[in-house]
Amino acid sequence: MQSRHKVLILDDNPELLELYKEMLSQLPSRPEVHTATAGSRALALLDAQPFRLLLCDLKMPKMDGLQVLSIVRRRFPELRTVVITAVEDEEFRSRAYALGVDLFWLKPDTHKNMQMFLECLEALLGRDSEGGFRGVQSKSLMDIVQMECLSQSSTVMRITRGALVGKLWIQNGELIDAEAEGARGEAAFRRILEWKSGTFENLPAEPDRERTIHKSVNALLLETAQAMDEVSGSDNDPEDAEHRKTVWRLSALTREGAEWVVSLGESGPAEGWGTHSAEELGKWMRVLEEACHRMSDRIEAGPLSNVQAAGLDRRLVYLPSSGKSMLVAWPLDTDRASALEKTKKLTATWDS
Amino acid sequence: MGLLNFLSKAGAEVLRLPSGSLTVDRQGNIIASTISSSYPSAVLKDVSADVLKLFREARAAQLSLTELHIHFASLQITARELRGGAIIFLTPKTVAS
Repeated sequence: MQSRHKVLILDDNPELLELYKEMLSQLPSRPEVHTATAGSRALALLDAQPFRLLLCDLKMPKMDGLQVLSIVRRRFPELRTVVITAVEDEEFRSRAYALGVDLFWLKPDTHKNMQMFLECLEALLGRDSEGGFRGVQSKSLMDIVQMECLSQSSTVMRITRGALVGKLWIQNGELIDAEAEGARGEAAFRRILEWKSGTFENLPAEPDRERTIHKSVNALLLETAQAMDEVSGSDNDPEDAEHRKTVWRLSALTREGAEWVVSLGESGPAEGWGTHSAEELGKWMRVLEEACHRMSDRIEAGPLSNVQAAGLDRRLVYLPSSGKSMLVAWPLDTDRASALEKTKKLTATWDS
Repeated sequence: MGLLNFLSKAGAEVLRLPSGSLTVDRQGNIIASTISSSYPSAVLKDVSADVLKLFREARAAQLSLTELHIHFASLQITARELRGGAIIFLTPKTVAS
């Protein structure tokens, strides 16, 4: 028998909690509803047992809803979160979404609104939480393309991996064109299939698209799979693989026009390309990480997106990541927006 | 649905994001500010200290930065180095921005 999902409601008003508890207990999935009147109590409950969904008020004494959510985001990243508030304010909505909440809902004032709210909660409780390509969990891109072709679909698949965007044109179950990283046709298709994770969406079909791919999709998938196997097989010599990676990275750096790149993992020394000061720059990156983390916590500004800096002779872009952060230097005459875009692109391909 | 009217309540407040600018000297003292006086000055002082530290440590790494743009999901911090001190702009972001 499937276990019931647990829902936790946090609000400092006990009467409201009772009302919510009664309403949520009647949802079709019959969740097990728990309540808390203070942020500290809610966090203790979340620590003690696995919950599927947290409903959180914003206005609360001692610890407000945004403070609770910023802690929840870090400690329980898998937990679905919903803000339910009477505060109709664009700033709070924006900050709540920045903290990764699934839903921001003004406290319902009509029966219809309440029904819609409950339907949204039911949908959130039922949504699968596994990873993979969004929408089709545990499937590779090869599987997804095959599925589209087998079902004789006509669609344009837009595939995104970080800053990289690719498109596949499928007409009546046949792959007719592909576009990615400046390439088109079969070459673009192979590049896209090398992306191991990302998201995709189906756009309306474009039947008038010029055909550049004439091989069957199965033949292409087979060729690509064989090529990928050969590459992973040759990686058995770590020294050779590392050398090829370094050469590839230096050429990518030169091609994009960057001056140097420093990457920093969660632990261990910084690695640099095009600079002899990787160690000093890595130290500054650590200082930057710590300072931004502190500032975000103190102001409740949400997660860090990026840092851009300029000096007398160059422009810098820092991109944080849970695994590896990057600092990239560009000539001073590169404009800020383009430096950021190029850094995102470089970072997305760095470990390919 | 009169029952639902009591869902709205007055009471505890949620702290708003700071908006405006502040000027700090090289010791981190705030010498001018356009940020609402209701915003906790201790938080602003901590932010100023972190910004000054970033400029200082950048010099130690031979970077000599003159400006910093720190983009958080809800707020942007822009800082310009000012003879050892800094002028810092805090700009909240909205969903539309």
